[in-house]
Amino acid sequence: MSDAVIMFLLIVVKLSLILGITFTLAAYMVLAERKLLGRMQNRYGPNRVGPYGLLQPLADLIKMITKEDIMPDEADGFIYYIAPGIVAGTVLFSFAVVPFGGPVTVMGRELVMPVIDLNVGVLYFLALSSLGVYGVALAGWSSGSKYSLLGGIRGSAQMVSYELSMGLALVPVVMLTGSFSLSDIVAAQSRVPFIVYSPLGFIVFLVSVAAESKRIPFDLPEAENELVAGYHTEYSGMRFGLFFVGEYINIIVLSAMATTFFLGGWLGPGPQWLSFFWFFIKSAIIAFFFIWTRATLPRLRYDQLMHFGWKLLVPLSLVNVLVTGFLALLFGWRLA
Amino acid sequence: MTEFLAGMWEAFATTLKRLFERPVTIQYPEEKRVLPPRYRARIVLTRDPDGGERCVACYLCSAVCPVSCISMQSVEGEHGRRYASWFRINFSRCIFCGMCEEACPTLAIQLTPDYEFSKRTILDLVYEKKDLLVDNEGKYPGYNFYRHAGVGVVNPKGGNPDEYGPVDIQGNMP
Repeated sequence: MSDAVIMFLLIVVKLSLILGITFTLAAYMVLAERKLLGRMQNRYGPNRVGPYGLLQPLADLIKMITKEDIMPDEADGFIYYIAPGIVAGTVLFSFAVVPFGGPVTVMGRELVMPVIDLNVGVLYFLALSSLGVYGVALAGWSSGSKYSLLGGIRGSAQMVSYELSMGLALVPVVMLTGSFSLSDIVAAQSRVPFIVYSPLGFIVFLVSVAAESKRIPFDLPEAENELVAGYHTEYSGMRFGLFFVGEYINIIVLSAMATTFFLGGWLGPGPQWLSFFWFFIKSAIIAFFFIWTRATLPRLRYDQLMHFGWKLLVPLSLVNVLVTGFLALLFGWRLA
Repeated sequence: MTEFLAGMWEAFATTLKRLFERPVTIQYPEEKRVLPPRYRARIVLTRDPDGGERCVACYLCSAVCPVSCISMQSVEGEHGRRYASWFRINFSRCIFCGMCEEACPTLAIQLTPDYEFSKRTILDLVYEKKDLLVDNEGKYPGYNFYRHAGVGVVNPKGGNPDEYGPVDIQGNMP
């Protein structure tokens, strides 16, 4: 077999592994969230399907797939059908640049562990998270329902606003690294993770990420008690499932990104193969924090949400950029 | 700002503490609550200590029932002993309010803590007299209405310990 064929096969194996693990993780993220939320509310959470409820994601999947796929008469057919795909698709695409482990050598060939090591990884990630807004906005608009429309409008306004502070929170990271490549960013944290250099940036990023993934203090696009289910009110079956899976893959991606940008990515003590473990642990801690937040905080009011984004987070992240830049210049922090 | 941070700290600490507490959920089919004896669920017709039916078919339970789920037909046996020729409770309508039990003068109709009698067919919830009658005295052991009632069913009229004999109205002197 020629060299190219072996490389091709290796890449295919890698891709299918990544895709499979991502979907499984997303499914178990749902289970973990339901279990943890349950325990935080003094109840058990799902524990009937399989031992400790471990087969619950499978049961949910079967239920979702076998449910009827309904489209309201008022809906705008094509857009209505592709909107969930946009949400799930953009999130899956952004998983392509997540560096979740050190390079692995298989059969004498080195495989990089993000799917692709883009030199503009940060921009790619930001661009895709902006594109995700379209899924929400179009789903809300095409459903032909007032609740969906309100949810879609809220969703697009919220995600556009919080994108700004999210991007600004990443500026110090890029400044300190001098590169948009995620592997360079990880490499630059080989001694000290960026959370030490830019703790404010980390906090702003976490909050913006929670808003970006429509997590609970910021879940206005799907506020149950005012908008039924917001932008996905009219969806059923696996199309709703795609929104759901997309949302949870998004949480995984964003936790992974927070790990990469601020917590030193896959770097950690021990041999190279432990890097996956370190990455998983760090991301899991951030994901746990999101679940914990969901159990703790009530939903913001819409004006509070906008004020919080524009009057607090954006100025804070701007100040953070200035201060970190100033300090970097003063002490000559240039890490890569 | 300090207030905000303190509030956040307290909220997050509370939820984290709950995470390590034992859930209060009762895992129903495996675990069951021990219900108090006066819990109101499946209705039974009890018997007196001598093994006879307590019910005298007075229709009070049927009359007081807010959803009219109790129906019966009274007949009279020897010595004026009344009983229900048939007695029917439609549990698909019953709201388990316990008013029938309160109304019953002979302590015959009683609610029990047995709540596990759901059925697949709604008609199975219509309980006839044979389904309702039980072979015990329920919550009030030792009570027999006809030993206190002044009706000559168990003993001849006036033969019960706390009763006088019939008054001779002819010879009744002031």
